Amino acid sequence: MEDRENLNRLRWRCTRRAMLEMDLLLGEFLDRIFPTLGPEQAAAFVTLADMEDLELWPLINGSRECADAVQAEVVALLRNVRVK
Amino acid sequence: MYDTVKGSDWLGDQDAIEYMCRMAPEVVVELEHFGMPFDRTDEGKIYQRPFGGHMSNFGEKPVRRACAAADRTGHAMLHALYQRNVRANTQFFVEWMALDLIRDDSGQVLGVIALEMETGEVVAFHAKATVFATGGAGRIFYSSTNAFINTGDGLGMAARAGIALEDMEFWQFHPTGVAGAGVLITEGVRGEGGILRNSANERFMERYAPNAKDLASRDVVSRAMVTEINEGRGCGPNKDFVLLDITHLDPATIMKRLPGIREISIQFAGIDPIKAPIPVVPTCHYQMGGVPTNYKGQVVADDGTPVKGFYAAGEVACASVHGANRLGTNSLLDLLVFGKSSGDSVIDDLKSGTIGLKELPVDYAERTMARLNRLNTQTGGADVNATRLELQRTMQKHCGVFRFKDMLSEGVAKILDIEKAVARTEIKDKSQVWNTARVEALELDNLIEVAKATMISAEARKESRGAHVRDDAPDTAANPNGRDDINWHKHTLWHRDANRLDYKPVIMKPLSVESIALKTRSY
Ligand SMILES: Cc1cc2nc3c(=O)[nH]c(=O)nc-3n(C[C@H](O)[C@H](O)[C@H](O)COP(=O)(O)OP(=O)(O)OC[C@H]3O[C@@H](n4cnc5c(N)ncnc54)[C@H](O)[C@@H]3O)c2cc1C
Repeated sequence: MEDRENLNRLRWRCTRRAMLEMDLLLGEFLDRIFPTLGPEQAAAFVTLADMEDLELWPLINGSRECADAVQAEVVALLRNVRVK
Repeated sequence: MYDTVKGSDWLGDQDAIEYMCRMAPEVVVELEHFGMPFDRTDEGKIYQRPFGGHMSNFGEKPVRRACAAADRTGHAMLHALYQRNVRANTQFFVEWMALDLIRDDSGQVLGVIALEMETGEVVAFHAKATVFATGGAGRIFYSSTNAFINTGDGLGMAARAGIALEDMEFWQFHPTGVAGAGVLITEGVRGEGGILRNSANERFMERYAPNAKDLASRDVVSRAMVTEINEGRGCGPNKDFVLLDITHLDPATIMKRLPGIREISIQFAGIDPIKAPIPVVPTCHYQMGGVPTNYKGQVVADDGTPVKGFYAAGEVACASVHGANRLGTNSLLDLLVFGKSSGDSVIDDLKSGTIGLKELPVDYAERTMARLNRLNTQTGGADVNATRLELQRTMQKHCGVFRFKDMLSEGVAKILDIEKAVARTEIKDKSQVWNTARVEALELDNLIEVAKATMISAEARKESRGAHVRDDAPDTAANPNGRDDINWHKHTLWHRDANRLDYKPVIMKPLSVESIALKTRSY
């Protein structure tokens, strides 16, 4: 797939979820932080975005710990996103 | 049953309401067997909690009825039911968008036309039965607690296929959505002592509800907030929100009793609620109307006869159990009960030979392809994002919590203007693969149908009932709460064709119990 296609697919995964909080947070992250990530962290974000809300939301709100170290770094960045 | 009828302000159909209430224990137990992690009591039973509007003995006193799985009931349900689908080998078409219904000359529904986002391919799903569970359209409002998926695709598809939309003027608003973002701040915040304040720092709810104050019912609080904003006492540079203040609470209490609220406020309002109040506005939460169905989950024509091959359940459908306002927790119950009954109806209709695989009409894809071609070739057209934003702002301003006669008629004119822009939206990206701009334009085609249905039905209904409250239909001795049963105790049916409105009677006869007669709704 081309970059445009990959990015569009990722954008859709980020902004068409089952919870408004997630649409807003992941969308904002994609616009502002994702372009600054290195390849490893970027790949970890794609994996996170592919998770169901029921898996990802507890990681973001801190009720569950991330097993993977790079994913944990990205989750920490996600937690710091300010939509406003 | 009484609570649901009363919640609906007597606009709910009592056959469907009795059916839903009778089925409720059965579907809860079934879910439990499917592995749903319901909260439990010490002796291992399903824990039931009190909830606004849940009463025993015809409204006499509060009762513990609501079953929940912590604060993620909906998600846990989704998970349990998904696992059942995996077991049943259900085939999912992920990242496909249904675009239109296929109907033949007799009106029978023969499937849908859908777009695969990964390839851009448009395909017909030729089917014996089509069940819609596409959710509501809360994104027609600027401020909404709904996720971005809630663009009313099922309603748009039904309307374009000539099916009326029922009771679309009724939308439930939640008083405390974060201003701008829409993210819901739970009622629990006011329960723990949160106070609403205007630009003069006044606790204004004392004027509107001297006893209940900030804990008055959702509609009372929402209306008070809008009145404050409309009369110039809103906060911020545009004076368009009020403040929810918990700065006087002990930070330890906030962290313990209201987990997550601090994070939500920091993330979505940029405010630490321990130090400063949270900006909030009444926010669209739930759509009571929808595609008309009966309690068997069959979509029905204006005369009540089933549309062959077409079924719907959940927020897209109007059975109608919620009438003019939904009782808390009844949405998840509705989609369980009617999701099941629609499936049972498909089986029955197949067995009886009422439905079966019929040949597709020759022009089955024409309408959809014309829409896609128009979008691909449009030049000098309207921007999708700007048009959507204008639609959302117009709905919020002209058809929000509190409705005004002149604002509604202006709103109708504005929405019809916006419809013209929607008909000539232009996208720059014309590629086939993962073209999200095209999908957003197609979603807007659905939003505009719902916006028209809502604004036009609301303008026409000259009474206040449930969530539809007009300033020119105030509380009087003859019409308590502004409700006018003589002229308006009926369901609205909006037809896309010429924006025609029809009405049909409310079903007052339950299946087996006595009818619950009209009464003033007061809490
Ligand atoms: C913040 C919040 C809290 C809530 N809390 C409660 C509560 O405590 N109790 C309660 O009873 N209710 C609650 N509700 C309401 C309830 O969650 C919804 O009414 C319910 O989820 C609707 O379910 P549904 O299956 O009808 O639709 P949705 O859950 O909206 O699902 C619709 C599905 O259809 C898919 N879809 C839509 N269009 C298309 C298309 N064109 N092609 C293919 N797929 C499509 C979507 O992707 C989505 O997967 C709450 C709602 C919100 C927003």
